[in-house]
Amino acid sequence: MKLNLKVWRQKNAATAGKLVDYTVDNLNPDMSFLEMIDVLNDELVKKGEEPVAFDHDCREGICGMCGMYINGRAHGPNHGATTCQLYLRKFKDGDKVYVEPWRSRAFPIIKDLTVDRSAFDHIIAAGGFVSVNTGQSQDANNLPVDKNDAEKAMDAAACIGCGACVAACPNGSAMLFVSAKISQLALLPQGQPERDIRAMRMVEQMDAEGFGNCSNISACEAECPKEIKVSNIARMNRDYFAASVCSETK
Amino acid sequence: MALDSKIPDGPLAEKWENYKEHAKLVNPANKRKVEVLVVGTGLAGASAAASLAELGYKVKAFCFQDSPRRAHSIAAQGGINAAKNYKNDGDSVFRLFYDTVKGGDFRAREGNVYRLASVSNNIIDQCVAQGVPFAREYGGLLDNRSFGGAQVSRTFYARGQTGQQLLLGAYQALERQVGLGNIEMFNRHEMVDVVVIDGKARGIIARDLVTGKLERYFGHAVILATGGYGNVFYLSTNAMGSNVTAAWKAHKKGAFFGNPCYTQIHPTCIPVSGDYQSKLTLMSESLRNDGRVWVPKTKEDAKAIREGKKRAEDIKDEDRDYYLERKYPSFGNLCPRDIASRAAKEACDDGRGIVPSGFGVFLDFSDAIKRLGIDVVKARYGELFPMYENITSEDPLKTPMKIYPAVHYTMGGLWVDYELMTTVQGLYCLGEANFSDHGANRLGASALMQGLADGYFVVPYTIGNYLSSEIFTKPISLDSPEFVEAEKAADERYKKILSVKGKQSVEDLHRKLGKIMWEYCGMARNAEGLTKARKLLGDLREEFWRDVKVLGELNDFNPDLDKAGRVADFIELGELMVIDALNRNESCGGHFREEYQELGEAKRDDENYCYVAAWEFKGIGADPELHKEELKYENIKLQVRSYK
Ligand SMILES: Cc1cc2nc3c(=O)[nH]c(=O)nc-3n(C[C@H](O)[C@H](O)[C@H](O)COP(=O)(O)OP(=O)(O)OC[C@H]3O[C@@H](n4cnc5c(N)ncnc54)[C@H](O)[C@@H]3O)c2cc1C
Ligand code: FES
Repeated sequence: MKLNLKVWRQKNAATAGKLVDYTVDNLNPDMSFLEMIDVLNDELVKKGEEPVAFDHDCREGICGMCGMYINGRAHGPNHGATTCQLYLRKFKDGDKVYVEPWRSRAFPIIKDLTVDRSAFDHIIAAGGFVSVNTGQSQDANNLPVDKNDAEKAMDAAACIGCGACVAACPNGSAMLFVSAKISQLALLPQGQPERDIRAMRMVEQMDAEGFGNCSNISACEAECPKEIKVSNIARMNRDYFAASVCSETK
Repeated sequence: MALDSKIPDGPLAEKWENYKEHAKLVNPANKRKVEVLVVGTGLAGASAAASLAELGYKVKAFCFQDSPRRAHSIAAQGGINAAKNYKNDGDSVFRLFYDTVKGGDFRAREGNVYRLASVSNNIIDQCVAQGVPFAREYGGLLDNRSFGGAQVSRTFYARGQTGQQLLLGAYQALERQVGLGNIEMFNRHEMVDVVVIDGKARGIIARDLVTGKLERYFGHAVILATGGYGNVFYLSTNAMGSNVTAAWKAHKKGAFFGNPCYTQIHPTCIPVSGDYQSKLTLMSESLRNDGRVWVPKTKEDAKAIREGKKRAEDIKDEDRDYYLERKYPSFGNLCPRDIASRAAKEACDDGRGIVPSGFGVFLDFSDAIKRLGIDVVKARYGELFPMYENITSEDPLKTPMKIYPAVHYTMGGLWVDYELMTTVQGLYCLGEANFSDHGANRLGASALMQGLADGYFVVPYTIGNYLSSEIFTKPISLDSPEFVEAEKAADERYKKILSVKGKQSVEDLHRKLGKIMWEYCGMARNAEGLTKARKLLGDLREEFWRDVKVLGELNDFNPDLDKAGRVADFIELGELMVIDALNRNESCGGHFREEYQELGEAKRDDENYCYVAAWEFKGIGADPELHKEELKYENIKLQVRSYK
């Protein structure tokens, strides 16, 4: 099978980019999308052109490193899957496919399809943790956790930090990402002592990084490869509100 | 140089306590003056960096991905072992220790493994305290599952995402210290050399992968936690970026490499389907809890399946060969990985493989579904079934999975003593990158345990013993000749790669390397093949430097150039693996030499090979020097490993 690609090429953040046409032929529908980009890159190198720079590592949908905007959708046409989990059988022979990087003010472009997502790390560093030093813990089973809560915490913890939510959101909001971590820890007994201050600090950092606000569009949930729910955002807003109104920790 | 493993004296169960009670300490005021570099922030590195920063050391940490949360550890699915005995099924520290030594085919150090088993429980406590959402029972207590190589249920898990949840716990602990100003984190940085001054590790040269610039960093000690080298085989279950560069550079600077030939081939991976593939996908070993492995009894049936004339469902139960249950009745489908992998190879070599290439067997859940109901099976393997279906477009709830062994883990790595220090003073190595605890074969769910044991509970103690005598060492100038020279050498190497302007892409050369390694140094090895491979690898090394084609610029974001450097190191490592495999005239664990077998089972030679092979670098293409660390078994008896 054959695909006609239009791929975003941009030397670095300071230079303007543009879409460039490439045709890749002799593809196998069982190939993954990234394997198709590998084939393209191999051809480019042999022709003496620089390969397309893109982020990827695990190729199993878990590290959160890959992320392409494919035909106007974060991670492409599949629901609940990352770019590396997209297979060519989703396309038709001869399809035209647009491939672009995540676009958001808070994710500057490094090169081609690669962006800088360090803003996410900064938000975690601001409060996305339980403050427990190594060696300070009690026996694990001294702290029973309602199975239901544990399952819900795990649903939220499944976030892979890929940034699709930000890329999909017209406001460039990171609220799905931030609320997933806040929810995970708010649902567990271990997270209670710092619950207020965590919500305040993470939200403040999120704003400082230049992410936009949520206006309930829910594009983030629709495009999230791990199907994280927007109800987490509601929980975050409630915690943030409660903390800023009632809490003594400012 | 005589190898000193520094195993403390005393009875096995007291060694680690004795060590901790007598290790030298660094007082809090002095810790603030001491800088530690941690290269790699997977489970081992992130847990070490966080714990050291909590103690008060000044830490700089490095990873090549865009965030520490993306390390390869994130991909671990099945679980993590601990001797909690929460199931009341007879588990204990001693039993976990014993299973690990036995699983490793009696090629690991007793002292290290016992320590690993004894801190395993602290790991679970620590992770739960951090908010890691392990699976729970209805009463709210932690749940366990069983894993290969054990008859007790001691594996803790978080759906099929255990590695992810453990790594996020360690990552959050690390980021907390970043926020507090105790760790400086360098993402998208690759260590390209260790700087050794007067015999001690004093820093690293790292390449900023965004700008392509080389940078110098000083540390009173350097910790490598850079993961395994399975990608030397090109196709493996490792993440695409996993590499040996940091460990290999350390090796060239004097760190001995331990047991490089011990490779783990994991029995349950999705079979290779085409040439375009650059990576294989693991299906968690936990599936063997409920899945039954089989091939047809006859070659005719197998052929019919390969040709699409019959389906798995068409083969009657009595015409199926559940070969693991048949050969190893007491462990059945849960026998250790090396054994399960070899058995699959045997069945396929016998002409009974069930995928078009001939290299694949069935993993069948139909009995489990009958016994437990479809919902229970679905819930147990949450992520895994959809993942399989997405890749293969077949639903394992309806038709058996097809699996085949693939390279997964490397037991070999930098040689370290009991303190996890390499043969270079002040240079430590943790996690999969070291050779330490798994002998010739690692049991499932033990890598996560080892990585976190090393980082949370071992190195924070042992490094103090060394740093206590370093508190008067002033930071060494980055302009000292050793730094300047190391940077210059790295610079010249990258320039040389760019200047070759040959015809083959880095990918082409890596694929060639993988073919040689898989064919001659894979699941089965023999002297003739290994001798041939050594020659082929020498030729490939020359071919690389004659014909590699890398475009783009030196001082730019250039992933192809990064990869070229890694592949060049892999080729050199491949030569060492082959030399080690050739030296070890026995079969043990993941190292199966065809000449050494008895009734199809691996035949160990304890009289001559009960040692760790630690290799000293003597120049590219030159014969490395072998140093032997004899393994002494004082608490358990060496025996033939039997899972029958
Ligand atoms: C698919 C899969 C499933 C697995 N499932 C399990 C399981 O269920 N249970 C289990 O116990 N084990 C499992 N394992 C094994 C286990 O995941 C790994 O052995 C373990 O996570 C390795 O951890 P690590 O910290 O040593 O290294 P890694 O997690 O590989 O981290 C390496 C780190 O080093 C950095 N790095 C590497 N090179 C450089 C360099 N030159 N410069 C700078 N930084 C560098 C990387 O950026 C990264 O941060 C699995 C492995 C795979 C492949
Ligand atoms: S490469 Fe890891 S999620 Fe896609």
